[in-house]
Amino acid sequence: MNGAQDLGGQMGFGPLELEDNEPNFHAKWEERAFALTLAMGATGTWNIDSSRFARESLPPPVYLTSSYYKIWTLGLEKLLVDNSLVSPQELDAGKPLEPSQPLARVLRAENVAATLQKGGPADRPETEPARFKLGDRVRTRRMNPEHHTRLPRYARDVVGTVETVHGVHVFPDTNARGLGEQPTWLYGIVFKGTDIWGADSDPNLTLRLDLWEPYLDLA
Amino acid sequence: MPHNHDHEHSELSDIELRVRALETLLTDKGYIDPPALDALIETYETKVGPKNGAKVVAKAWADPDYRTRLMEDATAAIAELGFVGRQGEHMVAVENTDKAHNMVVCTLCSCYPWTVLGLPPVWYKSAPYRSRAVRDPRGVLAEFGVSLPEDVEIKVWDSTAEVRYLVVPERPQGTDGWSEENLADLVTRDSMIGTGLALDPAQKESAA
Repeated sequence: MNGAQDLGGQMGFGPLELEDNEPNFHAKWEERAFALTLAMGATGTWNIDSSRFARESLPPPVYLTSSYYKIWTLGLEKLLVDNSLVSPQELDAGKPLEPSQPLARVLRAENVAATLQKGGPADRPETEPARFKLGDRVRTRRMNPEHHTRLPRYARDVVGTVETVHGVHVFPDTNARGLGEQPTWLYGIVFKGTDIWGADSDPNLTLRLDLWEPYLDLA
Repeated sequence: MPHNHDHEHSELSDIELRVRALETLLTDKGYIDPPALDALIETYETKVGPKNGAKVVAKAWADPDYRTRLMEDATAAIAELGFVGRQGEHMVAVENTDKAHNMVVCTLCSCYPWTVLGLPPVWYKSAPYRSRAVRDPRGVLAEFGVSLPEDVEIKVWDSTAEVRYLVVPERPQGTDGWSEENLADLVTRDSMIGTGLALDPAQKESAA
């Protein structure tokens, strides 16, 4: 979706705010928001793509004025309600008002190390041959879906070259919507900076994005 | 500006209360186990961080066979050192040279190679970096105090999929024969994101 999260190329955000010896967390609540999000993710109720969509669905004024872990908290609340694990009334009350829903699993402390080590690989077995090969010139699609996608606006309708064939990976555009993983070929595509930003941009800039087959056509 | 300050203050306590209420609710519903939250935080506070990545880079500098394995299959080569798992499932190492400089961003969210770098710093997740890294990387580098010759290609990697990138910075001059352990001290977090360079030995002296 063309939400506030799609920041590439936008202007006016000012200089970076750099901090020496920055801690992982700037407040206790950030630690808890981080861990709550990971622990609920580990229940398997939703996937990484639907959780990204929950965050980017925040209204742009909210997204752009919220700190990172506040965005995570708001996204988690939305996922909990959308998946009927808690009701909006329970969020307001801060206590259970309805029976709990059964979960596939609950993360226990003794399983944390193994769960993190296992991670969530996104590669899947090949079922069809790849449509593109190394060196192919491809054009990204012009598209503006209202659903989750990983093709940023700045890289739409641009010609690039296939530099890497990563294999078959889960397709976020369907996985985020409960339409299944629909695994498809993932490619590393290299673009010239001038093809994306125009002739007056840095001639020695190249950009690389990892893009799925449905985003691409032969140029 | 006192008004803004007060506003930020009240928002902070608001979110503190909100997160606390959420944790209580989810615990009471039986969806989470609070000791697991402590274990998650503890992991990223003490076990996983940029020291992991520094070991990988130092080994690649010191051991040509390891460097070859890292460039061919970074996931497997990084796993040799025991760094595996979440947000490091599909690793790619990209090497800086005197002709090309790599810089990593995630314009759409905050994708970052947790297994080797830990959790991303605030600037990496922020709008100023995510918006400008892809369009004006030299301007961004200047804010980090890094200036590269104009003919050096800047390769910007936007982490749009589950592939995670580790930049292998150039090995500093004057480090021939150094041990991997000493080399690792020169490898900063920013040098592995591509917003910095590895420290040279003199810088390390002054930092120590």
